[in-house]
Amino acid sequence: MQLKIQYYALMREQAGRSEEMLDTCAVTPADLYGELTTRYGFTLAPEQLKVAVNNEFSDWTRPLAAGDAVVFIPPVAGG
Amino acid sequence: MRFRFTQAAIDVTKARLELLDSGAGGYVSFEGWVRDHNEGQEVVRLEYEAFQELAVKEGEQIIAEALGRFPVKHALCIHRVGTLALSERAVWVGVSSVHRGEAFDACRFIIDEVKHRVPIWKKEHYRNGDSGWVNCERCAAAPGIARGAALKHAHDDGRSREHHHEPAGSTSQK
Repeated sequence: MQLKIQYYALMREQAGRSEEMLDTCAVTPADLYGELTTRYGFTLAPEQLKVAVNNEFSDWTRPLAAGDAVVFIPPVAGG
Repeated sequence: MRFRFTQAAIDVTKARLELLDSGAGGYVSFEGWVRDHNEGQEVVRLEYEAFQELAVKEGEQIIAEALGRFPVKHALCIHRVGTLALSERAVWVGVSSVHRGEAFDACRFIIDEVKHRVPIWKKEHYRNGDSGWVNCERCAAAPGIARGAALKHAHDDGRSREHHHEPAGSTSQK
C-alpha cells in the first residue's frame, strides 16, 4: 500500500524531507510511526504527537487506506 | 476566511476594516510580537511554519466557537509564516462587538486556542548560533512522560487538552 507522508518542523528536519510516497505494510498511523521512527530515528514519542490523515485529526488506530496522506504533528507553538 | 496565513507583514489597518459593523461599539485586538528572549536564551529571529490545510480548518473552527460562545459581531485571526525579525507582528486577532466585555473575552479565547490547537511551529534562532523548535507553553509546564509508554493516551480524539512535551529538537548550528 502506498501512502503520502508530509513532514513539518522538527519531523521534517529529522526525516530530511518535506514529503514522500511510501510503500508500507503499516495498518494504522501508530504502526506507521513506529516504522518511520526506525527509519529516521524520530526523537519524539507518539504520546507527544497528534496525527492527521487526509487533513483531519485522526485516531492513532484508524485503519489506513492506499493513497491516504498522513502527517505527524509535533507539539504546536503558534502565536 | 476568518483565519488565514500570510507570508508578508500583517496589514492591521486593512484587516480591521473586516470587523467594522454599524452595530458594534468597538473592537479589541491582540498582537503577538517576536520577543528577544525566551527561557534564558537571547533570541535573534523566529521561523514560523504551518500545516496550512489543517491549520486553516482548525483556526476557522476556533473562530466559529468564539462566535458561538460570546455575543460578538465579527472575529478574525491572521498568522505569519516564514522568517520574522524581532518586534515583528507574528499574529493578530481582532474582535468587534456591541460592548467591550465580550470582545475582550472572545479575543482572549481565540489567541489561547490558536496557540494550543493550531498546527503552527516556531523555531527560535539564538544569539549563540543555536536554534530550537518551541514547545507549546501550556505543555512545557507539564511533566514529561516516559518514552514508550502505552499509545493509549495519545490524543485519541485529536482534541485532547493534554500534551506532553519535552525539550525537543534542540539543534546546534555552530
